[in-house]
Amino acid sequence: MVLAGGTILMPELNYGRLRPERVLLLQEAGLTGIHRDGSSLTIAAMTTLADLEDAPEPLATTARSVADHEIRAQATLGGNLCAPPGGERPRGDLQAALIALGASVRSVGKDGERTEAVEDFLAGGTDDRLVLEVGLEEPRRAGHASLRRPHTHSYTILAVCAAETSGGVRVGVTGAGLTGIRARSVEQALAGGASPEDAAPKVLDDAKPQDDALASAWYRERMLPVLVRRALDDLEGGQ
Amino acid sequence: MRFTVNGMEHDVKSPPLASLLHELREELHVTSPKAGCEQGGCGACTVFVDGEPRRACLLPLAAVDGATITTVEGLGTPDELSPVQAAFEQHYAAQCGFCTAGFLIAATALVQRQPDASRDDVLEALSGHVCRCTGYVKIVSAVEAALRGDAQPEEVEPSFEPEEAEVLIPGSPA
Repeated sequence: MVLAGGTILMPELNYGRLRPERVLLLQEAGLTGIHRDGSSLTIAAMTTLADLEDAPEPLATTARSVADHEIRAQATLGGNLCAPPGGERPRGDLQAALIALGASVRSVGKDGERTEAVEDFLAGGTDDRLVLEVGLEEPRRAGHASLRRPHTHSYTILAVCAAETSGGVRVGVTGAGLTGIRARSVEQALAGGASPEDAAPKVLDDAKPQDDALASAWYRERMLPVLVRRALDDLEGGQ
Repeated sequence: MRFTVNGMEHDVKSPPLASLLHELREELHVTSPKAGCEQGGCGACTVFVDGEPRRACLLPLAAVDGATITTVEGLGTPDELSPVQAAFEQHYAAQCGFCTAGFLIAATALVQRQPDASRDDVLEALSGHVCRCTGYVKIVSAVEAALRGDAQPEEVEPSFEPEEAEVLIPGSPA
């Protein structure tokens, strides 16, 4: 078992649901810090969510929206990327922002090291991968919209991030599936000249929202296009 | 493993994955941090670890080897309350008291790192702490008073005289 910040695994240990024989603690592994090289950033896996509040948007706003001061100071980027869905609800709050930013993930596993797009990393399953770092480009513009948390420790019900980089506008969604989703249909509509209002409903071609303890699929299907439009409006406003 | 709790050094003999909360309460009998949810959600176990507020339930002992821990027992004494403790007393910010230690640590941390904090900053800083008596208004008032630096325990006055109580509650034994 690999223990990063411990905010997800320690409850499992406290309640005796996990009884690992061997544990690797990463806190002294030197995997912290945000390194900037021009407009490129490399963020090491053990960088805390508190430190991500200084990262480019929409990652900074997303990190600020997670849990509370104490948890953000302990929870890590790598841990959030590898967070399995808990109680059948998604927990990877940062994933929408990383997808929108076109982030890449460098990880290591039994077959060695590899670097891939964040959505490919998530699709491949994170169980036997150790995240080393995340690479991303400072966006030209960024947008964010989410449903307000009814209570601080509820995971995000639904959040949409948009960012424009050299690769165009990308849109990521958290909360409409067990991992973050890239809204390619919205991106294609925008690239074809559609307005945010016309492009936003296409998100339902990419995401099939689910029922869980936080909200119903019915509610999410109605709110998702609204949040996409708000995130795109936020992107326009940030010009 | 060793760490310092409220100025005293302790040798740790518990398993390395036991929580700091377990060690404090069950082995060292430092009982101000409370075991509420033991999954990071209630805030009642919050202590200072190397000067930063942390959930004691989310920290394995192996992660705090060599650390300096401060709990509410190390903030002040009954005769000499810390400014934040004095503010809590003055503003009646504790009811059953279960959450109070966690709130005191979070509030003390806020006053130290952001002395000009606004009311919204206070709400955000306390957002990881749950009070089931729902005494939030008095807790927030206390923290605002501590931020202003105008909390003095000797200024506490009874809210009513006993004779008044007789009038207010006819027929009561008071």
